[in-house]
Amino acid sequence: MQRAIAALTSRLVIVVPYLWLLAFFLVPFIIVFKISLSTTAIAMPPYEPVMTLSNGIGAFFAQFRDLHFDNYAWLGGDPLYMRAYLSSVVIAAISTFLALLIGFPVAYGMARAPATLRPTLLMLVILPFWTSFLIRVYAWIGILKPEGLLNQFLLFTGIIDTPLVILNTHTAIFIGIVYSYLPFMILPLYASLEKMDYSLIEAANDLGCPPISAFWKITFPLALPGVIAGCLLVFIPAVGEFVIPDLLGGSQTLMIGKTLWNEFFANRDWPVASAVAIILLLLLVVPIMFFQQAQARAQEQGK
Amino acid sequence: MNATWSRFNIVSITLGFAFLYLPIVLLVIFSFNESKLVTVWGGFSTKWYSALFRNQGLMDAAWVTFRVGLLSATIATILGTLAALALTRYTRFRGRVLFSGMVFAPLVMPEVITGLSLLLLFVAIGFDRGFMTVTLAHVTFAMCYVAVVVQSRLVSFDRSLEEAAMDLGATPVKTFFAVTLPVILPAVISGWMLAFTLSLDDLVIASFTSGPGATTLPMKIYSQVRLGVTPEINAACTILIGIVTLGVITVSVVNKRREVQRQRDEHAAQRG
Repeated sequence: MQRAIAALTSRLVIVVPYLWLLAFFLVPFIIVFKISLSTTAIAMPPYEPVMTLSNGIGAFFAQFRDLHFDNYAWLGGDPLYMRAYLSSVVIAAISTFLALLIGFPVAYGMARAPATLRPTLLMLVILPFWTSFLIRVYAWIGILKPEGLLNQFLLFTGIIDTPLVILNTHTAIFIGIVYSYLPFMILPLYASLEKMDYSLIEAANDLGCPPISAFWKITFPLALPGVIAGCLLVFIPAVGEFVIPDLLGGSQTLMIGKTLWNEFFANRDWPVASAVAIILLLLLVVPIMFFQQAQARAQEQGK
Repeated sequence: MNATWSRFNIVSITLGFAFLYLPIVLLVIFSFNESKLVTVWGGFSTKWYSALFRNQGLMDAAWVTFRVGLLSATIATILGTLAALALTRYTRFRGRVLFSGMVFAPLVMPEVITGLSLLLLFVAIGFDRGFMTVTLAHVTFAMCYVAVVVQSRLVSFDRSLEEAAMDLGATPVKTFFAVTLPVILPAVISGWMLAFTLSLDDLVIASFTSGPGATTLPMKIYSQVRLGVTPEINAACTILIGIVTLGVITVSVVNKRREVQRQRDEHAAQRG
């Protein structure tokens, strides 16, 4: 009896979260795919039903002939969408690189800090992550505006004579993404750098290795798991980012997250929005699987 | 040699933290600005805070957000802790690869995709959009964060304690509540806090899954931000930042005290 209860509880521990994720994470993707094959209709919900079971199994299979790939053809035929995908990937890649450039020295400095100071520094990196994303992006509007604080400061100190136009440009998006995702870059970098044995560098120095090549030969390879995890944690969400291009990027910025949002909320074209989402997912499926494997490996090592 | 490195380290840390904190500090300072112009200082004033509390729309949205956050964080913590247990304790069960995939993928999934897919699910099953749909959506992505936080604690957990309790005749459920939970509690609390703030912050997923009468605070702030920067929004943001900062500091202080106490107890037990 006791054994049976034990078996049942262990089963429940797995089954409950499993079913939840199946129902609210996996099944929705199947529905998105299904609706991406539908056509728009003026109704609520605004699409023609596809693949229903209401007419029996035979009719269900007959429906395969009626599936529309029009939405995908439409996306492929319109250069606007292709450019949006491309510019999203480019913007995300540049931002990830900038975040790595800024995050690495900070993480390195933290890892070399006195051990008593490290928990406080770690806490200070995590704290901005707890404050609202929207608020942090919003804060930059007041700074980057033509009459904003940055221009006021630069004009006051005499560095520039005319206000810089930063808001509503790509530069503003880079700043926004780097700023918002910097903790995601620093944390995994710090985790790898903290474990590093720094006597290796001293040994290299003693043997006459210059600091720069010691960095590339020792520090960077040892930090590589952190570099990969950090870059993926920044790059993947940044590709589909909506809030930053919308608030900081202005109207002419093309990013796919914003395109999807507009298809859905402004044009009310649910099938096209679904097709945009499916292609975005296909674009990100390789980096996401890469990320999962890195996570699983880190988990195995932790044991 | 060492001195120059440490100077370089101190400079990079200082610049990094200045970059992380300056925008937030400026936002807080300008919420106390007398002038309606957000970027020109016109003297100290708290008038935007009183204006904020008279703004019924914002107050309603704050109340909705608070309730969604409480409910979704609690459910997400339970489900996330179960998921973490399943991942660390059962290394082999059917569909484990899919399961761990579903736990880690939402961490990096672009929010527009999560939001759209959940909305289409709710429409497909004929679930009216509103308070409940936002809550369900928040549970789904927050539980994955909880699972990761709790899992990192479970990995370093000494399982012999559990085995001892079971040998002494405790049921698995009793063992969990008497032995496992007290040890992993700091992680569970951090997980709850994280889930709560994620829910409090979320704009994109809430915009997709919300319906009439369930406008959350970020949705309200977003619609006002699109019209321009106002000191009232700065004030609302400052209050949110204050609440979150206070909560995070409290939890970390409590966790630290518990940790010190635990070490002292262990030390005493070893000597006694």
